Amino acid sequence: MSLPEHAHEPAKSTVSDLCVDKKSDPAFNARYEDQDRYARSMTYSEVLVETETITRFYGKTAAVADVSFMIRRGEVLGFLGPNGAGKTTTMHMLSGNIAPSSGRVLIAGHNMRTEPQAAKAALGYLPEHPPLYRELTVDEYLDYCAALHRIPRRQRRIARERAKGRCGLSEVGGRVTANLSKGYQQRVGLAQAIIHEPPVIILDEPTVGLDPIQIREVRSLIRELGQNHAVILSTHILSEVQASCDRVQIINKGRLLLNESIHDLMRRVQSQALIAAFRRSPDIALISGVPGVRGVTVVEENRVRLLHEPDTDPTDALVKLSMEQGWGLCEINPEHSSLENIFVELTGEGEPTS
Amino acid sequence: MIRTIAWREFRSLFLSPLAFVILGIIQIILARLFLGHVNLFLMIQARLVTLPNPPGLTTLVVAPLLGNAGVFLLFITPLATMRLVADERHNKTLTLLYSAPLSMTEIVLGKYLGILMFFFLIVALSLAMPLSLLMGGHIDWGMFLCGVLGLSLLSATLAAIGLLVSTLTKYPAVAAMGTLGILFLLWIIDYAGHGRGDGGQIVAYLSIVNHYEPFLRGLFNTSNVAYYVVLSVTCLLFSIRRLDAERLGA
Repeated sequence: MSLPEHAHEPAKSTVSDLCVDKKSDPAFNARYEDQDRYARSMTYSEVLVETETITRFYGKTAAVADVSFMIRRGEVLGFLGPNGAGKTTTMHMLSGNIAPSSGRVLIAGHNMRTEPQAAKAALGYLPEHPPLYRELTVDEYLDYCAALHRIPRRQRRIARERAKGRCGLSEVGGRVTANLSKGYQQRVGLAQAIIHEPPVIILDEPTVGLDPIQIREVRSLIRELGQNHAVILSTHILSEVQASCDRVQIINKGRLLLNESIHDLMRRVQSQALIAAFRRSPDIALISGVPGVRGVTVVEENRVRLLHEPDTDPTDALVKLSMEQGWGLCEINPEHSSLENIFVELTGEGEPTS
Repeated sequence: MIRTIAWREFRSLFLSPLAFVILGIIQIILARLFLGHVNLFLMIQARLVTLPNPPGLTTLVVAPLLGNAGVFLLFITPLATMRLVADERHNKTLTLLYSAPLSMTEIVLGKYLGILMFFFLIVALSLAMPLSLLMGGHIDWGMFLCGVLGLSLLSATLAAIGLLVSTLTKYPAVAAMGTLGILFLLWIIDYAGHGRGDGGQIVAYLSIVNHYEPFLRGLFNTSNVAYYVVLSVTCLLFSIRRLDAERLGA
């Protein structure tokens, strides 16, 4: 299935792009203002993570190339990409586990290279494999993590109990982490990342290995954390991004392909094309003249595909035109593009995982 | 912060049977050797009395025993230190330390201190038997303490070398073999070096054992202390550099 043309454009179809030719449309203007308000409210909240053209080479191959983005407080950013796209490398750079070959990472205003301790104090990181000491019990482990994050001794117990409560670990405090199921181990990893209430929380594939109920719990926890923290989560599961994120970035082969709000992304997913079939052959030139139509292609005999602007619906106009011209419109359908399609189109890969 | 890491390291050793096995076996073997030394002493005691200025209990029992303990430490060091960093890297727990607000120096020193506590525990336990001689005789305290100092310095150096090797690899077994190789080489390096001019002397100087023996004879020499301190500090610095380099991908 081919895609709406819009989706072919890489990245950055932001508010400004859309408003160029659509200022006249009142419905659009209302939405534009709404967007603008959203954008302005976001500029007031604090930027907690900022990366400037970070690049990381492994030997001669660039695992991550020229990636720049920022995350503000109160935002959940989804980092989406197929396996091996550079997600984990990016997460590792954000968390200070590896340094970028060039570019810089700022966490809560602190440069990861020059003030690593201040930057690391502001973040909690759940790597792909939860970093558990297998011989320790959950309580011992979380106390150790709390100590590493310099939580004063007297507050450690409170911090540990709070983190356990949030991650649903209250029952397993005395168990050795090696004996926990994968789902529980993942939750201990999550508890470790939030025990010190860091402003920035980095989660690398947080729902891997969880059952559907646990996934739902973790997602709601992420949404909850997203209210007061800046959360960045990487995943290759598209529905996860839809369920928990405010903004999405798609990365492939180390390059950032798309960076937009979930709201914009969902609009792309909405119909931007109509399939119409007629009994008699229609005049393509006349259809192209319908307001809001960007292009018309003939799919097969008497069947056309109309690409239209995301904010208009030329259905009524087309029906009217068909009546006037006597083409005998017999079928009209919005063509739905899916997130999967956008993903596949942007990454240029075969089957997406989902 | 260093203390937190050190304490976890020390405790984790005892959460697996390895630490107990090491401590148990070292006691059994040292006890056997101790018995041998005491036996020998009792056999020649009668003849010793006839000598002017005869060697005492400390020279004939304590010093050889501490020497044995040193050799034994050399063999258990690879087992005790192999997991320090390699295992954390293998289990991906190193990420936890790297993401926490810690400097590489704190991580390395924490780990070093943790393993050092274990080594000092071994040293302390090996002293129990020599001290039991006090029940039936008396020992030369100066010589005894000098030997203990030597053994402590030796163990601190062995631990630092083991830690450095452990930072180099992801596999504990590789770290163990590497450490054993280096330590053994440093131990026997002067076998080929004796009496072959300046080159031989330099090689002999590198030998760990050549700096240990004077301590056992009750000879406190700053240059021997310096040898152990310099070697330990160098290994720790290299370990810190190594972890930093890993992060930078250099």
